[in-house]
Amino acid sequence: MIWIDGLTKTYAGGFRALNNVSLEINRGEIFALLGPNGAGKTTLINVVCGIVNATAGKVEVDGHDIVSDYRLTRAKIGLVPQEMPTESFETVWNTCQFSRGLFGKPASPDHLEKVLKSLSLWDRKDTISMELSGGMKRRVLIAKALAHEPEVLFLDEPTAGVDVELRQDMWNVVAALREEGVTVILTTHYIEEAEQLADRVGVINHGEIILVEEKEKLMRDLGKKQLVLNLPTPLAEVPPQLASYQLELSDDRLDLTYTYDTKRERTGITALLGELNAAGIHFTDLQTSQSSLEDIFVDLVNRGR
Amino acid sequence: MNVHAVKAIYRYEMARMFRTVVQSIVAPVLSTSLYFVIFGAAIGSRITEIDGVSYGSFIVPGLIMLSIMTESISNSSFAIYFPKFTGTIFELLSAPVSYGEVMLGYVGAAASKSVIIGTIILLTANFFVDIEIAHPLIMVAFLLLTCVSFCLFGFILGIWATGWEKLTIVPTLIIMPLTFLGGTFYSISMLPPIWQTISLFNPVVYLISGFRWSFYENADVSVALSLGITIGFLVTCVLVVRWIFKTGYRLRS
Ligand SMILES: Nc1ncnc2c1ncn2[C@@H]1O[C@H](COP(=O)(O)OP(=O)(O)OP(=O)(O)O)[C@@H](O)[C@H]1O
Ligand SMILES: [Mg+2]
Repeated sequence: MIWIDGLTKTYAGGFRALNNVSLEINRGEIFALLGPNGAGKTTLINVVCGIVNATAGKVEVDGHDIVSDYRLTRAKIGLVPQEMPTESFETVWNTCQFSRGLFGKPASPDHLEKVLKSLSLWDRKDTISMELSGGMKRRVLIAKALAHEPEVLFLDEPTAGVDVELRQDMWNVVAALREEGVTVILTTHYIEEAEQLADRVGVINHGEIILVEEKEKLMRDLGKKQLVLNLPTPLAEVPPQLASYQLELSDDRLDLTYTYDTKRERTGITALLGELNAAGIHFTDLQTSQSSLEDIFVDLVNRGR
Repeated sequence: MNVHAVKAIYRYEMARMFRTVVQSIVAPVLSTSLYFVIFGAAIGSRITEIDGVSYGSFIVPGLIMLSIMTESISNSSFAIYFPKFTGTIFELLSAPVSYGEVMLGYVGAAASKSVIIGTIILLTANFFVDIEIAHPLIMVAFLLLTCVSFCLFGFILGIWATGWEKLTIVPTLIIMPLTFLGGTFYSISMLPPIWQTISLFNPVVYLISGFRWSFYENADVSVALSLGITIGFLVTCVLVVRWIFKTGYRLRS
């Protein structure tokens, strides 16, 4: 659906925000773009949407060049920007209708009604958008972006600073859009969001894409699980007969950690517990934890330093 | 052509005007009416006729021009500067619209507003002084051309301005003096010869002269020249807007 090749953006001051980025986004998928502040996420989105001019490289949307065929490509795209502009003295309804017209679609009260209802904005449709709360304003921005029935939706940090309820609402909206076959690209700092929603994940840092992977595969490949056993008394050392488990003893000698791979058929947990018992090592409690996308992400970004 | 976009922009802008009807229509009409009262009725009666036209009537075309020029510039510069200032311009930049459509929408709405203001002032003036319009069609042509070209100029100004100060500095420091020295309140022929020559470098002189000719058939410069200069100004503005949207000057980084 979106094909980016060798995209480079150097801002007027000489700062290179994107460096030879190539990326392909499939039709109908939800793609999460992760990256620390200043990585170039917004710049990338803005180039595709036509707000920022590329310095070099080529972008196609649905097979059309974003520069020479900008009418075709832009009509297919909806954008919810990261910065929330303080609009407007118009009612929610009018501002959404404006967006639809601007993107070349004839008025469709039915569609607007559907969009506003899905975002719980219907009873606010005659309110002046300036008088809405911040979270409501963000909903209006989403409604505006969806007003022209885009095939691709960019959500630039849609849930930064919104409450749990709105976040859930947005996730529902994204899920519903996916059902309709809309391609969604979202940037986020909440890894949890990517974990919940995305089909694929891309990580960008210093203007370069450092990883693109299926989320499931990413989490499977890198997703190790750990079992932590809390001991009642400090253990001097791990008994030699347990060496094959590669247990780690914490500095205070009160925790034993076993790392295992969830995708293996045998995790070795039952055997380990049996052998611990045989060795006379007791424990008071145990926890398991799975490395999250967050760990993976932090790890990747740190490696890039 | 993205007709829906042009309509959307036009409607949005017109709605803005009707929302602020006092500021956008009543205020300019009122302030211009004050000129009629002062110069037309009060002082005007003590000033001799100019080329056979009473002073009160003489200043009407110039005052209309003065008013629509300033209103056109301030309306259309604000219309594009404000979204730039608040950030809502992202929507316009990401929309499938060409420079021509953006221009039609914004400049069309601002020019409509100016035409409305000009017409109301003309009707109001009718209450205070005698007005004849010798060439109504040419009068309308001048009115439209002036509205459109000054709205275009304001549009460029709004894109160029990077702060509120710049937005107001051009109208007050350049346009105001040019219009006041452009023959609103006097005929260029009343000036000493050297100032007459200098005045010919002021484009506003041609606008006011041509516009006044359509009323009373007396002009400081030839009407064809007036029309030519007005159209030239308009074409220049269109080309500048085209260049702005081609290069993204002060719009796209
Ligand atoms: N208009 C601009 N002019 C100059 N530099 C810019 C401009 N916009 C962004 N930058 C720089 O480009 C880099 C990338 O910015 P960008 O907004 O794309 O980052 P981001 O990944 O979206 O960050 P965040 O997570 O904070 O939103 C930053 O270093 C930023 O300072
Ligand atoms: Mg950003």
